[in-house]
Amino acid sequence: MDTRSIMLVGVGGQGTLLASRILGNVLLSQGYDVKVSEVHGMSQRGGSVVTYIRFGEKVYSPVIEEGQADFIISFELLEAARWLPYLKKGGKLITNSQQIEPMPVITGECTYPQDIESRIKEEGADITVIDALSLAEQAGTSKAVNVVLMGVMSDILGFDEEIWSKALEQCVPPKALEVNKKAFALGRSIG
Amino acid sequence: MSELMLGNHAVARGLYEAGADVVSGYPGTPSTEITEFAAKYDEIHSEWAPNEKVATEAAIGASIGGARAFTAMKHVGLNVAADPLFTSVYSGVNGGLVIAVADDPGMHSSQNEQDSRHYAVASKAAMVEPSDSGECKEFTKAAFELSEKFDTPVILRLSTRVSHSQSVVDICPRIPHDTGKYEKNIPKYVMTPANAVRRHADVEKRLDALREYAEDCPFNTVEMNSTEIGIITAGIDYQYAKEALGDRASYLKLGLINPLPERLIKDFASKVEKLYVIEELDDIIETHCRSIGLDPIGKKAFTYLGEYSAAYLKEKILGERDEFITYPEPLPVRPPVMCAGCPHRGVFYILKKLGVMVSGDIGCYTLGAAAPLNAIDSTICMGASVSGLHGFNIARKGEYEDKAVAVIGDSTFIHSGITGLINIAYNASNSTVIILDNSITGMTGHQNNPANGFNIKGDPAAAVNIEELCHAVGIDRVRVTDPADLAGTESVIREELAAKAPSVIIARRPCALLKSVKHAPPVKVSEEKCKACKACMRIGCPAVSMSTGKAKIDNTLCVGCGLCTQLCRFGAISG
Repeated sequence: MDTRSIMLVGVGGQGTLLASRILGNVLLSQGYDVKVSEVHGMSQRGGSVVTYIRFGEKVYSPVIEEGQADFIISFELLEAARWLPYLKKGGKLITNSQQIEPMPVITGECTYPQDIESRIKEEGADITVIDALSLAEQAGTSKAVNVVLMGVMSDILGFDEEIWSKALEQCVPPKALEVNKKAFALGRSIG
Repeated sequence: MSELMLGNHAVARGLYEAGADVVSGYPGTPSTEITEFAAKYDEIHSEWAPNEKVATEAAIGASIGGARAFTAMKHVGLNVAADPLFTSVYSGVNGGLVIAVADDPGMHSSQNEQDSRHYAVASKAAMVEPSDSGECKEFTKAAFELSEKFDTPVILRLSTRVSHSQSVVDICPRIPHDTGKYEKNIPKYVMTPANAVRRHADVEKRLDALREYAEDCPFNTVEMNSTEIGIITAGIDYQYAKEALGDRASYLKLGLINPLPERLIKDFASKVEKLYVIEELDDIIETHCRSIGLDPIGKKAFTYLGEYSAAYLKEKILGERDEFITYPEPLPVRPPVMCAGCPHRGVFYILKKLGVMVSGDIGCYTLGAAAPLNAIDSTICMGASVSGLHGFNIARKGEYEDKAVAVIGDSTFIHSGITGLINIAYNASNSTVIILDNSITGMTGHQNNPANGFNIKGDPAAAVNIEELCHAVGIDRVRVTDPADLAGTESVIREELAAKAPSVIIARRPCALLKSVKHAPPVKVSEEKCKACKACMRIGCPAVSMSTGKAKIDNTLCVGCGLCTQLCRFGAISG
């Protein structure tokens, strides 16, 4: 098979790294060659962050570029617009509806863009907007947005629920496991 | 068994499997996780050192003591460790000595994008460079063999995309290393001129032997496909080239970066029609190719700046590009910001208010330079805030002594701020240094340090008493303040700026992200009392906005630090 590419984008602190670990573990367990590229350090402090996940028979570059992503999972609405150019023709963009104002918006230098969903649709992209924050809160913590979105992704990618469950157990600390399992199930149910 | 591992994790796994005994490092993105993962193996003695020079010297000492020794740092860390590096190449090793250095092309989290390969050439150390996590592990193991076989330190060169990408690694058992018996060897390890003269000759002989080794070593591989295009490359650039060109090109992948082979390169060049050298940053391989009479396409086609990518190479070499759509209007940027509840925020708010010149340093608090605080005037390197302020005050002939400060974090102060402070005391500089003591090395992801009382394993350790240390070097005026108390901190800063003596202010409050820090509930805004004066917006807190016309608090971010509460003159924000 051709190498497939998934991007997780969001705001530093939203837990994209944990989500990529879960996804990476699932893909590895299915026998794929997998590469995951992360951002650490300064950009993590509330900046725009991206994690690339590529899998297939043999993966070379760990990085995804413009026009190449089969899936973009955005943890925040504005970030979905920012990373739109990375979506492949026919690719799928799934975004959390949560809005986190960046500093230039907070300081009044610019405004948060309106109608992001419809503007993206007008460009011809396949976009799905999900209120992952509410689902995470329903599961018990606003911090589980990342795992809700992995639940959504699990339904799209397929693979047995058991495999995802196992990856969740490997990546999430035991005391947070129950809440995260709930969050995952809620995400999966609407995927 | 195979596992998905970060490149840095794989280096640590390589250390474990190679039987490495001693690891000492200083955190620095993108190298930090190597030392952190090494510390998870009980068989390896792992430590954080105060800086990269100390870490490298500890590793050199351990090597002389017979251990397989290792140190890891970011590219600018090697500048700090350059002194021991150069002479350890003369003395050579007893137990294998490997020095990992992680470059940051594109400067994801760095102040420059220097190419560390120059250090291998300049110091005459051997250098190897892996291109994925599997090679990170294998090259680390092989680097110890190489170090011991050729009696040389070996530099393991990494870059952000190799260090911070996960790929598949095969797990092998550890083969313990025998440190043997220690034997004194003055001509080898005492680098007085007479001994060093002889050792330099040995270094040149060793380089010749390594050059011969490079012609036919497992680090360098040739992959012949179509001979229309030939690519000489190394590290992550191999992955980009392979992704971009696949079987449409042949590849000479260099894993041994210093010294480079001659016959192997010439032989490869002779078999291909069009020869490219693909290397991010500087033209190290290209220059070598030219020195042996070849004329490859290198920097005249590819940039010296930033990271390469498969798409970049595909466009440059084949003229092909993927189509993509864009969002139809410009979007607000999202730069990194100080976290909600960051203890540094209050200090920078006051410094901005006072309009002082701020000599900055390296750490989370460098974000004090960002809008809306814009509070920093200069940032050069670790420790430069303190020494640089002294120079600045001399240049301004006293004009700025009451309106200029240095700001430096606790870990950075221990790393190399203390020497600048000694200079301030010794040369009677009327300078004011603010130590932002958040009890952790923050930007690199929470590493313990010699000032916070815990070692790399999280066990209690001796803690530097920063107040006493400042007193001991000759600073009489040392004040401690809580940066969450804006009025109190402002008066301390005003007093110390006015004082006609060197002074240190320790702004002490732990990082808000530390698990041990208890947060207050989010603050609340009274819509009635809020006059929308935007005073609370001046601190640049990501949890405070005006999107509803009145101050609004994001409850998922606010940790109740109370800074905005203190700024509101109308009592509209309360805890």
